[in-house]
Amino acid sequence: MTTDLTRASASELADLLASGETSSVEVTRALLARTHDVDTDVHAYLHVDHDGALASARDVDERRGRGEALHQLAGVPIAVKDVLATKGLPTTCGSKILEGWVPPYDATVVARLREAGMPILGKTNMDEFAMGSSTEHSAYGPTRNPWDLDRIPGGSGGGSSAVVASFQAPLAIGTDTGGSIRQPAAVTGTVGTKPTYGGVSRYGLVALASSLDQAGPCTRTVLDAALLHEVIGGHDPMDSTSIDAPVPPVVEAARRADVKGMKIGIVRELTGDGFQAGVQARFDESVQHLVDAGAEVVEVSCPSFTAALAAYYLILPSEASSNLAKFDAMRFGLRVLPEGVDAPSAEQVMAATRDAGFGDEVKRRIILGTYALSSGYYDAYYGSAQKVRRLIADDFARAFETADVLVSPTAPTTAFRFGDKIDDPMAMYLNDIATIPANLAGVPGMSLPSGLADEDGLPAGFQILAPAAADDRLYAVGAALEQRLLASWGGPLLNRAPHLTNASIASADATAGATTSADVTKGEGA
Amino acid sequence: MSSIDTEATISYEEVLESFDPVMGLEVHVELGTNTKMFCGCATEFGAEPNTQVCPVCLGLPGALPVVNEKAVESAIRIGLALNCEIAQWCRFARKNYFYPDMPKNFQTSQYDEPIAFEGYLDVDLDDGSTYRVEIERAHMEEDTGKSLHVGGSTGRIHGATHSLVDYNRAGIPLIEIVTKPLRGAGERAPEIARAYVATLRDLLKALDVSDVKMEQGSMRCDVNLSLMPKGSTTLGTRTETKNVNSLRSVERAVRYEMCRHGAILQAGGSILQETRHWHEDTGVTTSGRPKSDADDYRYFPEPDLVPVAPPQERVEELRATLPEPPAQRRKRLQSDWGFSDLEMRDVLNAGLVDLIGSTVEAGATPAGARKWWSGEIARRANTDGAVDVATYAVERGITPAHVVELEGLVKGGRLNDSMARQVWEGVLDGEGTPTAVADARGLELVQDDGALEAAVDTVIAANPEVAQKVRDGKVQAAGALIGQVMKEMKGQADAGKAREIILAKLTG
Repeated sequence: MTTDLTRASASELADLLASGETSSVEVTRALLARTHDVDTDVHAYLHVDHDGALASARDVDERRGRGEALHQLAGVPIAVKDVLATKGLPTTCGSKILEGWVPPYDATVVARLREAGMPILGKTNMDEFAMGSSTEHSAYGPTRNPWDLDRIPGGSGGGSSAVVASFQAPLAIGTDTGGSIRQPAAVTGTVGTKPTYGGVSRYGLVALASSLDQAGPCTRTVLDAALLHEVIGGHDPMDSTSIDAPVPPVVEAARRADVKGMKIGIVRELTGDGFQAGVQARFDESVQHLVDAGAEVVEVSCPSFTAALAAYYLILPSEASSNLAKFDAMRFGLRVLPEGVDAPSAEQVMAATRDAGFGDEVKRRIILGTYALSSGYYDAYYGSAQKVRRLIADDFARAFETADVLVSPTAPTTAFRFGDKIDDPMAMYLNDIATIPANLAGVPGMSLPSGLADEDGLPAGFQILAPAAADDRLYAVGAALEQRLLASWGGPLLNRAPHLTNASIASADATAGATTSADVTKGEGA
Repeated sequence: MSSIDTEATISYEEVLESFDPVMGLEVHVELGTNTKMFCGCATEFGAEPNTQVCPVCLGLPGALPVVNEKAVESAIRIGLALNCEIAQWCRFARKNYFYPDMPKNFQTSQYDEPIAFEGYLDVDLDDGSTYRVEIERAHMEEDTGKSLHVGGSTGRIHGATHSLVDYNRAGIPLIEIVTKPLRGAGERAPEIARAYVATLRDLLKALDVSDVKMEQGSMRCDVNLSLMPKGSTTLGTRTETKNVNSLRSVERAVRYEMCRHGAILQAGGSILQETRHWHEDTGVTTSGRPKSDADDYRYFPEPDLVPVAPPQERVEELRATLPEPPAQRRKRLQSDWGFSDLEMRDVLNAGLVDLIGSTVEAGATPAGARKWWSGEIARRANTDGAVDVATYAVERGITPAHVVELEGLVKGGRLNDSMARQVWEGVLDGEGTPTAVADARGLELVQDDGALEAAVDTVIAANPEVAQKVRDGKVQAAGALIGQVMKEMKGQADAGKAREIILAKLTG
């Protein structure tokens, strides 16, 4: 076997499995071994399910051996962001308050992965309750960017992107509330899609902001994202906000990779000022590639996008303050008794637990949201934010009258260093300036690598946005661009990433805190 | 500050001399759907604690609600029956507050967009007049779990060592029906409150949307009450009395709070806006927690649910399913059955309308059905400590068919009234059908006219003076002779026949 199974894409693995050239157990072992070798440094995983993954790999191999009809991705392993409920596997959301909680049920997305016969390797690290753009807000220590271990992997789904970028898994599930799939994809040189709101069931996705959250694929190729999108997408009667319509033809679009005659709209408000020069340069080149592939470029204006960040930081905390109320020590998770109180009341236990169990960023947003929803302030804050949301949706609608898709750099900068923005929430929030509008309007978005920025040699991301329910357009444009970029690079961008071993970090880095928490089980390798 | 006793009361008459009461009634009704409001869990009452739960109604991380369509239909039907407008589009909202028996620490409810609004319910009062109760809104929400406070003396949280929570009730569909402030009720306020809740209960029962058992908490009433000085139009400060869980308590709680408010206001004090707890046993209210308008539940539209938008055609379809309004039905039945106002009221108060209805349908005469249900069966239900006759009948397996059968036995001349009562005793004790009991107990009127005639002869001979009175045309005197004959026959005779024979012998 000459193929490095850890570097193969999901679609390549699917072919190798189907032709019998490899087995799911072999692939799973290779990936677990890779985790063993690199994840002490990368810390993409919070929990590795060594035995469980191998057991389901063995099961799917046996079924294949018996000649059963299997899903195309059957036997291809996957990692899942720790914000999705996994029956029998810890689910912490990167928070101390859920330490030790093992859900009694599977999220619909997880159930669909299991149904497709995809071994679940483990649960990936994230900013606590998906609040952050760097994973520095994980209660279990940050994930490191495989391109530079001193830098952030993006967030909140830094673990899911890093696990894919560091070849510990070909696929991962992320969730995107304001860019948590796309921004990490951008800074790790990987692909990530946020489907149309309602395109993928939220049942079992621990809610940050219910009206914004959406799970989606984190992969290394556009086709892989489409394949995974198809597995997890589609109506779910357990989620009232799930769209009752077939999944758009994403795989077909990714395979055709055809942009001839498509109108690509450059959003004036999401380019130029505030974007790192190298990021902008790669964006401009990518646009040229699309023109070369037969697309037409138009410029569109979305004036309300400038208010998106403000509206987002009212709507998100408002919903989050209510969504996170259930973490009260009464029925599951952490329970902390207040010090110096003899027979504490339920209320005192709730307060002590929430004080000890939530990190600062979570508390900051709960307080913000509680305030924004308060009587007397509701109209001014939550009410106004909803109006802005409407305006943003109107901007999109107008833009999509002249353009088939909209494009922008995914994030304003490449990966920044640990600690750079941790004490400046506003600077941190600005990372998501280009990704947030899609969540507010419910439209789908994708990020794929556009190359390395000249000034720091780090990956930059290219964002594509499409109208609601037209997710297939993302894949058509993404695949066309990917083809041309791969040709210009002479191979995957990730081939240029540094070689990783656990020795990459000679000494513990005080800023990042490379230690993994005691409850994290690591695979032993094959 | 003068110290005013906020728990003192003055007489009802004193209150009415100086004040006008204003009431607002909030009724929570648990819908009788098979599953909960937002998940597929069962709703059976009295199940083992925490056996009817799932990730959704336990509020586990990640779980999402899905609206029970049947509950929405029930809500619309209730709204229509209360003459409300039905919202063409409305949303659920989250009511945020922390409490251990509320799994998500918010209640999924409706706030400024109720499913039904602006209606009324006409309530018949004892004096034959009608009072129109204006309905502000009826909205959908979910019930909370149930806390059991252990270790305290009263079952209240105060003094308890710990609490147990049963989440079986969490997520049961509720409809909250809120009246507008009811003014101008004056001295009839307590009666109106009671009559409203009773009328509402009958209506909900007729709609078949709830079992409306106040004692089991499937219908709960909160009483808002304030007083304003006579002639004033400014509303006073109100209290909200919770836990008022019987019709009688509704009436008493209104009266009690009127007397308590009156005492405070008359002494120059002011009412503290608070919730009060009603104590059925002692007939008083006690202070709960202060409740101010500043209570901030941070309502916002529930983002996990899509809006409810019932198409107009569906609303009209549901309107067509509404039963005859109970008040109208009562009037119709009273006239069909030929009951007097008093008889009808007794039947209503005893909750026997449906039983009598089905008994008449099964073939009994209305008078017979009323006689047995409100007579012997009701008496036994009462002595046996049953909740009500209907429940008792179900428990004892008594059906309308039994009543029809018994009436047949009496009419056919096999049993007389006193024998029939003995038969009921057996039937209620589970000895079988009326015929079986009569057979087993050997109850049968003596059909042998010879024996009866002999007995009549004996009695006439023994009572010559009475017999003479009858001969002289005082027919009513025959009653004494009949009694004697029955005694002679040891009860096993048909009194009607005895009377016939006596009259034939003396006047014929």
